[in-house]
Amino acid sequence: MQTLNIARRQFASYFNGPAAYIVIALVLILTGFLFFYIGAFFLTGRASLRGLFQMMPFTLLFACPALTMGLLAEEKRNGTLELLITLPVREWEVIVGKYLAAVGLLAVTFALTLPYPIVVSTLGNLDWGQVWTGYFGLLLEGSALLAIGMMASSFTDNQLIAFFVAGIFAFMFVVVGYATPFFPSGLASVVEQMSFSFHFESMARGVLDTKDLVFFSSMIFFPLAIAFRALESRRWK
Amino acid sequence: MSDVMIEARDLTKSYGAVRAIDKVSFQVRKGEVLGFLGPNGAGKTTTMKILTCFIAPTEGTATVNGADVWDDSLAVRRSIGYLPESTPLYTEMMVLEYLEFVARMRGLKGPDATKALKRAVEETGIGDMLARTIRELSKGYKQRVGLAQALVHTPPVLILDEPMSGLDPNQAIEIRDLITSIGKERTVILSTHNLAEVQMSCDRVLIISKGRIVADDTPDALVATAGKSRFVVDVKKNGKTESEVRELFGKVKGVDRVRPVEIGRDELGFEIIPTGDEDLRAALFQATVEGGLVMLGLRREGQNLESIFRGLTTGDAPTRKEKRDAASSAAASKTAAPADDASDGDEDESSEDESSEDEADTKSSDTKKED
Repeated sequence: MQTLNIARRQFASYFNGPAAYIVIALVLILTGFLFFYIGAFFLTGRASLRGLFQMMPFTLLFACPALTMGLLAEEKRNGTLELLITLPVREWEVIVGKYLAAVGLLAVTFALTLPYPIVVSTLGNLDWGQVWTGYFGLLLEGSALLAIGMMASSFTDNQLIAFFVAGIFAFMFVVVGYATPFFPSGLASVVEQMSFSFHFESMARGVLDTKDLVFFSSMIFFPLAIAFRALESRRWK
Repeated sequence: MSDVMIEARDLTKSYGAVRAIDKVSFQVRKGEVLGFLGPNGAGKTTTMKILTCFIAPTEGTATVNGADVWDDSLAVRRSIGYLPESTPLYTEMMVLEYLEFVARMRGLKGPDATKALKRAVEETGIGDMLARTIRELSKGYKQRVGLAQALVHTPPVLILDEPMSGLDPNQAIEIRDLITSIGKERTVILSTHNLAEVQMSCDRVLIISKGRIVADDTPDALVATAGKSRFVVDVKKNGKTESEVRELFGKVKGVDRVRPVEIGRDELGFEIIPTGDEDLRAALFQATVEGGLVMLGLRREGQNLESIFRGLTTGDAPTRKEKRDAASSAAASKTAAPADDASDGDEDESSEDESSEDEADTKSSDTKKED
């Protein structure tokens, strides 16, 4: 219950400031750009969104850190965390509540890109199963990046630092997959397994694999657990 | 025992080598308004943060309404309404929206929540501000919103950290009246460095200095035990100079010292400290008349809380070197734990406090000279 109360307030406060609008607008603009130019939709001439889904993770690189940077850092800076945490609430409820608000906002943002598949489906025979799997994978990858952002925000009371720390982590995890040819062969497979793009790839193609689900779930769980510890550290003796 | 609402036993909080508070023990009974008094950085805020379960004590324990701050912190937080220093609020939210959030977090639902909100809003007089964004409110109204959020769930215990700082005199009086009326049914701890406030709104005063409790009594008892009274005399000049009049009063039997207090255009004011406890008013009046002056005012005053406070808190004020050591180790501990809010706040306080304590130092040496 407390978790939902916190999530609700956080979600509403996204829209009280410019953050939500900026993130949504930029994601939509970037999506359009990626879809028509980089994804070369008209050139491939196929009613498929595979090209788009392969590009979408790049919008997450800035969107996720932007959504999470303030979650804890801002509250620490303003002192509102003190009021929040002295309410009858557990630390994990604060973390999960705020996290859910960020995931919710990301889901809303993706929902606003639905006109693309809808328009494409009128042009040809669109495989909706693949589209939903793609969206699910996108949300899963985004959720992992949001968890990392939450962790970054729990380390500092400076939003900018939280943004860049989250951004660097996000960049590493997303882009490292494209750099596997540069690693020695033994290391390459390890790097590949750690790469978000590698695990997202199959979902973009419409394939759901337990391996990928487990990977992203743990990439959500561990950063959140660290954020929980960081929040709790204030009560260490 | 049952009417003890707050009990602190040997509370100690260390930040690295610095002890923010050192073995602080006290009790607060039901219906009592306790004033925490002390210079900045003395440990008032730290003590309050421990009681509200925001930070944990390094040593010692505290119970609020029978629940331990460490073992049963949710229960403690349920029975406390807290207003932190400088009133941090979600400034982007509307007043009503924010109070509704707090009510939900306090587990109030439906008609109960509506009733509780209405009462808190009425008590704090923010009815006209509900549709405003908190950011737009004046400092006084923000403070009221802060109080309203602390009152929503009718907590048996209220902890208010400097509820009146930064308010103009009118606002301060309003907030003080509010706290006094709230304090009739509830246990209140409030911290301040405004002594007049304490005298007017608190049943008991706890004076903290350098992390230790140096006095714990009612304001009246503190004033009474501090001893000597003094006399304040205003006379019309009638062409005399200040030193002439001073000499005149100095000759009165039983007068220890004469100190000019305020000099108007035609008036002279003096503070007269007697050697013993006898009432010198008659003798002073006589002297005025005999000296050819006109008496404009004469009153006897107990020593005020301010001088007691100064006496108690500057006697053991840290030396410059100690302060420097403390500051540097605090800075060191800060770099070690950058996420630690609490040490942050305290440090700001102690740096602010440097000048005011120095000032107090010089004042206390003044009084010593005159003694």
